[in-house]
Amino acid sequence: MSKIKTLDEVAELFADNQVIMFGGFLAAGTPESLVDLLVKKGVRNLTIIGNDTSYVDRGIGRLVAGRQVKKAIVSHVGTNKETGRLMTSGEMEVELVPQGTLAERIRAGGAGLGGFLTPTGVGTIVEEGKQKLTVNGVEYLLELPLKADVAIVKAWKADKAGNLVYRRAARNFNPLIAMAAKLVIVEAEEIVEIGQLDPDEVMTPGTLVDIIVKA
Amino acid sequence: MADAREMIVKRVAKFFRPGDLGNLGIGMPTLVANYIPADKGVMLQSENGFIGIGPTPKAGEEDKDTVNAGGMPVTIMPGGACFDSATSFALIRGGHVNITVLGALEVDEKGNLANWIVPGKLVPGMGGAMDLVVGAQQVIIAMEHTTKEGAPKILRKCTLPLTAVNCVDWIVTELGVMEVTESGIVLRELAPGVTVEKIQSKTEATLIIPEQIGAM
Repeated sequence: MSKIKTLDEVAELFADNQVIMFGGFLAAGTPESLVDLLVKKGVRNLTIIGNDTSYVDRGIGRLVAGRQVKKAIVSHVGTNKETGRLMTSGEMEVELVPQGTLAERIRAGGAGLGGFLTPTGVGTIVEEGKQKLTVNGVEYLLELPLKADVAIVKAWKADKAGNLVYRRAARNFNPLIAMAAKLVIVEAEEIVEIGQLDPDEVMTPGTLVDIIVKA
Repeated sequence: MADAREMIVKRVAKFFRPGDLGNLGIGMPTLVANYIPADKGVMLQSENGFIGIGPTPKAGEEDKDTVNAGGMPVTIMPGGACFDSATSFALIRGGHVNITVLGALEVDEKGNLANWIVPGKLVPGMGGAMDLVVGAQQVIIAMEHTTKEGAPKILRKCTLPLTAVNCVDWIVTELGVMEVTESGIVLRELAPGVTVEKIQSKTEATLIIPEQIGAM
């Protein structure tokens, strides 16, 4: 069965209350056509997980501005004034996570790990409510894995089997979220035939990818 | 203030040794790159996913996929390398970054750092700062010595929520260069025309004054 779908076909897969992981770092590497779909469909009460809430008019930030997000698990919100406003007024919950911890929590979710120990956040408000362990005399926080219903991934190239190649700084969280969600939807700039990607250049194995749309 | 910033970033640039991997924070720390000699072989990491930050591209030559951690267009130097965010922060937490340069809201004599939140006023999130100051081999704070209102930023004890405990190694301001040691903050260099009395009067923590103080 072909993994390549139209945007209309993909629209049916989004629903209220989903937990959605998104690729992108200040919108570089965010699948904008898939965000367009989410905006157009108007799904609400979403939990979004990714690096940052971008800008009000670009990337995942558009969902925040449209009041479609119930909770954001991100490392940074400073570039989107709507996030700050909705967080302060209590209309949206924001869990701020150190960037390295966020990446590793998603990695752990996709890699079948029960969590990991990190020195990041020890002695700060990040440690509140978390288990602290001392290993070889060093204090660590136990951080838990993150998983999602859907991952929306931006790739540079995809072959029809779903093998992905990312480009430059647009890679960021994309390969991590492709491991950690039940349904993986990829927006690719270019879709090529099977066999046209060298197996050594593939960054995300096609077996992880459910659906591919053309950007 | 432009002169003060230039003096600070020029001095910070001298901390880099040949072959170092560095990570520069957003704002004044980014300017340090302009003063690291190209022949030193220093590479800079952009924590959004590559090593080898190059100059800003010419207008019209920007690449949407090649941006720094502030979202600004940059280039990647020959010899650079791209990776995902988990690898990027494994490099950072794993001690593979030699020097990170960041700004600060407050630093104290235990080397505690506060630079990510002013509760109720400014809540941008920590981004990668908490990982950087815990993981980098050397943490250098580049900042103006006092707040815009003239209040000290180098304190006995930080009052804002911390970014990390006991993480700062050096503080460079327009007044001098200070090293954070186990016994407290040692004044190592003074800027031209600045006396020990002057820098101490603008610092809440008591500076340790060694016999020899260098010129910044």
